[in-house]
Amino acid sequence: MPGSKEIRTKIKSVQNTRKITKAMEMVAASKMRKAQDRMRKTRPYGEKIRNVAAHLSHANPEYQHPFLVTRDSVKRLGVIVVTTDKGLCGGLNTNVLRLALGKMKEWEAEGEEFEVCCIGNKGLGFMQRLRANIVSHVTALGDTPRIERLIGAMKIMLDGYVADRFDRLAIFYTRFINTMKQEPVMEQLLPLSGERLGAPEGSWDYLYEPDAKAVLDQVLTRYIEVLIYQAVAENLASEQSARMVAMKAASDNAGSVIDELTLIYNKSRQAAITKELSEIVGGAAAV
Amino acid sequence: MANTIHVDVVSAEESIFSGEAEFVVLPGEAGELGIYPRHTPLITRIRPGSVRIKVAGQDAEELIFVNGGVLEVQPNVVTVLADTAIRGHDLDQAKAEAAHQRAAEALHNRGATMEYAKAAAELAEAAAQLAAIRKLRQRK
Repeated sequence: MPGSKEIRTKIKSVQNTRKITKAMEMVAASKMRKAQDRMRKTRPYGEKIRNVAAHLSHANPEYQHPFLVTRDSVKRLGVIVVTTDKGLCGGLNTNVLRLALGKMKEWEAEGEEFEVCCIGNKGLGFMQRLRANIVSHVTALGDTPRIERLIGAMKIMLDGYVADRFDRLAIFYTRFINTMKQEPVMEQLLPLSGERLGAPEGSWDYLYEPDAKAVLDQVLTRYIEVLIYQAVAENLASEQSARMVAMKAASDNAGSVIDELTLIYNKSRQAAITKELSEIVGGAAAV
Repeated sequence: MANTIHVDVVSAEESIFSGEAEFVVLPGEAGELGIYPRHTPLITRIRPGSVRIKVAGQDAEELIFVNGGVLEVQPNVVTVLADTAIRGHDLDQAKAEAAHQRAAEALHNRGATMEYAKAAAELAEAAAQLAAIRKLRQRK
C-alpha cells in the first residue's frame, strides 16, 4: 500500500493544526467580546469631553488654541499608525499599512516630510523596514490597553505639533464596523476642525476655575488623547474579531483538507485490498 | 425626585459612576467644592483626590478616587471627566522622554532587526528550496 503511511501522517498533522486554530478561534472570540465592551466604554467620556471642548471654544472665540488653528502651508506631517502586536489576524495589518503606505507615498511626492509614531509591533517593523522617521513607538499593549502607556508617545506627537515640528497630525487605524467587517481608515487629529468638535449642546454661561484658557488647554489635550485611545481600543476589537474570523476559516479549511485526505487514504486502502484479493484469486486459479 | 442632581463620573477607560445624588464633594483646583442641585454652571480642573457622592435615597456616601481631571457642572448634571492616571507636566514630560529614548534606541538597533528580517527571509528561501528538492527527488 504505497503512500498510505504518508497520508496518515499528513492527516494527523492537519488534525493537530485544526486543534490549534480551533483553540485560537475560541480564545479570540472571548477576547473579542471584552475588547468590544472596552471600546464602547470609551464613548461616554469621548462624547462628554467633546461637548465641553466645543462649548469652551465657542465661548472663547478670541482665544485661538494651537490645536484649532489650521496652518496655511502643510510641509511636515505627523503620522500615528495603530496596528496589532501579533499576527494571525487575516489581512488586518496589511490593509491598514497599505493605506498608510499609499498616503505616505502621495505626501512624499508632494514634497512633504513626516514623522511616525507606531503603536503596535507590526507597524513598527513595517516602518523600520521602510526606514521611516520613527519618533516614538509603543508596543506590547496587551489585551487591556491603558492610557498611561500611551501618554509618552502621544505627548511627543502633540508637543511636536505645538512646537511646529509638523503642521498636521493624522492617525491610521482599523475601524471596527462589525464582527465580519473592519475597515482601515485615516483620520485627521490636528488641527482640530470645527465640524469635528461640533456645536455644544445647550448654552450655559460657565464659571471657569482657574480660567477658561487653562481649562481649554487641558480639555483639548484630553480630547485628542481620548481620540487616540479610542482608535487603539477600536483597533483591538478589530484585531480580535479579524483573528476569530481568520482562525475559523483556517479551521474550516483544515476540515476540508482532512476530508479530502481521508477519501484518498480510503481509496488507496480499498485499491490495495482489491489488488491483494485479485492476486489471491488469480493465484488459486493458477493452482 | 426634585432635589437631586445627576452625577456621571467617567474616565476614558470606563464609566465609573452614574446616578442621582443629593450632593457631591470634589477636590477642585482652587479648593474643595461642594455641589448641591441647581449649582451655577461651572467648569474647573480637579486635583487628584476623592469624590464624595451622597447618593439619593442612601445613607452611605459613595467614595471614588480620581487622579484629577475636569469637572463640568450644568444646572441638573454634574460630569466628572476623570483622568486614568495621575498627570502632571513633569510626569508627562518624563514619559515623553522615556518614549523618545525608546524610539532612539530602536533606531540605533535597527541594524540588528534588519539583520533578523534578512535572516528570516533567507531562511524562508532555503526552506522553500529544500521543499522543492524533496519533491523532485520523490518524482524520480
